Amino acid sequence: MQLTARHREYWAKNLRVTGILIALWFFVTFVLVFFARSLTFSFFGWPFSFWVAAQGALLVYIGIIWFYSHYMNNLDKEYGVAEGEAS
Amino acid sequence: MSVFGGVGQTQSEFKKGLNKIFLWYGGGFLFFVIVLGILEQMGLPKNWIGYAFLAATVLLYGGIGVMSRTNDAAEYYVAGRRVPAMYNGMATSSDWMSAASFIGMAGTLYLTGYGGLAFILGWTGGYCLVALFLAPYLRKFGQFTIPDFLGARYGGNMARLIGVFAAILVSFVYVVAQIFGVGLITARLTGLSFDVGVYVGLAGILVCSFLGGMRAVTWTQVAQYLILIVAYMIPVVWLSIKHTNNPVPQISYGYLLQKVTAKEELLLKDPKELEVRGIFKARSDAAVEKLKDVPASMAADRAAAVKRLDDLKAANGPAPEIKAAETAVAALPKDEAAARAAYTTARTSNAARAAPPLRHAEPFPGRDKAAQDISRKNFLALVFCLMVGTAALPHILMRFYTVPSVREARQSVAWSLFFISLLYFTAPALAVLVKFDIYTLLVGTPIDQLPGWIARWNVVDPSLMAVADINRDGILQLAEIRLGGDIIVLATPEIGGLPFVISGLVAAGGLAAALSTADGLLLTIANALSHDVYYKVIDPNASTARRVMISKSLLVVVALAAAYVASLRMADILFLVSAAFSFAAAAFFPALVLGIFWKRANKWGASLGMVLGLGVTFYYMATTHPWMYGLFHGQALTPEVLKANTWWDIAPISAGIFGVPLGFAVIIIVSLLTKAPDQEVQDLVEHVRYPSFDGRIPSGSAAN
Repeated sequence: MQLTARHREYWAKNLRVTGILIALWFFVTFVLVFFARSLTFSFFGWPFSFWVAAQGALLVYIGIIWFYSHYMNNLDKEYGVAEGEAS
Repeated sequence: MSVFGGVGQTQSEFKKGLNKIFLWYGGGFLFFVIVLGILEQMGLPKNWIGYAFLAATVLLYGGIGVMSRTNDAAEYYVAGRRVPAMYNGMATSSDWMSAASFIGMAGTLYLTGYGGLAFILGWTGGYCLVALFLAPYLRKFGQFTIPDFLGARYGGNMARLIGVFAAILVSFVYVVAQIFGVGLITARLTGLSFDVGVYVGLAGILVCSFLGGMRAVTWTQVAQYLILIVAYMIPVVWLSIKHTNNPVPQISYGYLLQKVTAKEELLLKDPKELEVRGIFKARSDAAVEKLKDVPASMAADRAAAVKRLDDLKAANGPAPEIKAAETAVAALPKDEAAARAAYTTARTSNAARAAPPLRHAEPFPGRDKAAQDISRKNFLALVFCLMVGTAALPHILMRFYTVPSVREARQSVAWSLFFISLLYFTAPALAVLVKFDIYTLLVGTPIDQLPGWIARWNVVDPSLMAVADINRDGILQLAEIRLGGDIIVLATPEIGGLPFVISGLVAAGGLAAALSTADGLLLTIANALSHDVYYKVIDPNASTARRVMISKSLLVVVALAAAYVASLRMADILFLVSAAFSFAAAAFFPALVLGIFWKRANKWGASLGMVLGLGVTFYYMATTHPWMYGLFHGQALTPEVLKANTWWDIAPISAGIFGVPLGFAVIIIVSLLTKAPDQEVQDLVEHVRYPSFDGRIPSGSAAN
């Protein structure tokens, strides 16, 4: 299997988007939670840190996965590595 | 059968057919519940409703099994790789949401407040790792099991067999917890005994996965998802309308949380509460005194109990009191070890009840800065283990082999998390709603005017609900209630004053959650044995029919073994499940991720990394968890030994925090010290990184 420059570019872009999204994941999960005791201002009635762990982070996670799927499925087409329609 | 994918059907026809089936199914189920509700009003006894739910759901799952029976390998192992993304999302989420999610989680949130949110975060955030690092690549690889990938990527049987061992260990621990849950719920739903409940539930699992393998399990899981999500939502929505006039609990409970927080401050200072907690403190202190000289305390206890009995008899006391005194004498510990255990239990359980109620919304509670830091460290460690474990559970990853393409695998993860989140958004709301109910409505009621559900649950299982007027003032204090976490979900319909048919529905939902997970797990174990051990290692020439047949027989054996272990009733569900996460995280995650993202990772690195990662996780649990310690050392874990064995104050539940980094480090170091994998393996890595080189969907099974 011979990889072309375009294949390598595709993989580099994949690694980049993966890296950015995982950094976002890390920030929401570990950084925000680490400072939970200081982030207790009221957020629509909830203490902010409680809301983040109960709902906010989940919304970000869904966003991350949805964005990745959308981005990569387009990238596949752009770089000609997409699959055809299933039979 | 054409309904679940026949020959010569296009994917879009197949999807349309599925939509129609599940629409009919949803309508039918709703009709069934309404009819039962009407019958209840007309006087149908409660346990009949329970039987109807049990019979209807088990028959339904069995029926799907019969309709999708198959002997074809691709159908049996990966449902023909034609499950549309959304349906795979639903199947994954019910595969994922176990008895622990459905029954245990809201209870944990109730009991531990912010601390319980570690489960919410961990069990959802892990899907980011699945989506970004594993699902699309595993789908492109496209074989049958997770050890398949390890075998192909790390050339040879060594990595494969370690993977098989880890997959079986993880899945077996997890399936025992599910079957335990099945027994508990069936017993609750119908009044049958726990052991009968276990085997009835098992029958439902077996008919389904035995006949149709992955294909049957997939469609059953979709059906189970619909039941469990509806069952979870109805009582919570009802409770939310009752307390806030808002039918969306996820939005309305912020307001209730403020009320609960205000009430907590009152309860912390309330003199009556302090009095009750003081009584527990005195009891705990008394146990500590007794532990100082066990034989003397035993003699003193016996003398006191006998004296009380004699006094009662001499004074011609009332018969029930004499009976109670006789029981107390008979229940005295027989030897010193039993007495020591009894005093230790009295010490810890009374000390726990002497503790002030924790503040629900306070992150990382602790007496001082150091205790708070330890609490925070453990919270983050637990989140980490649960996340990485999520991304490494073989029965979840296996589901991504069943979608038609890499594109759908990616979408499918998004659907999975969406469907899971519907329940996970609701659990914290449920915990706060119930807390509000108990703190503001229940606490302060006269003991003789308590609502009926408390007495009923007190009878069913005192470990779930026990109320006693400790300070004898005739009023219920918060400290006088002892709650088991599992009651929160099971009793919500009764707390909200809903008819029994809804309680039946909730139990059926819990059953669906436990059965769907058990299905997926049993299949994982049977496939690991039949496909990876028998076909790939022992007899590579075995025919398809023979492989499927072996898998089916193993399914029965494993299921019976799991049911037997569950009937021993060993540790609590949540610990068993969490242990499985740490094991999976340490065993699989480093080897799978490095296998895809680092071409240099080789056989020796991966094998050693898996063994050592799993080993250190296991070792840490065996030296710090009371039950595991007892199992391996034959004696009870004392606080002194625990302190000496603990590393950096990390709780045993998060043992994976040591195993995962060690796994990564060992794979990297050992791989660099040994020779690089050969060209064929490097090509395989390239192969999984690109969905397609020629615009076609590689069929996966063709590589066989």
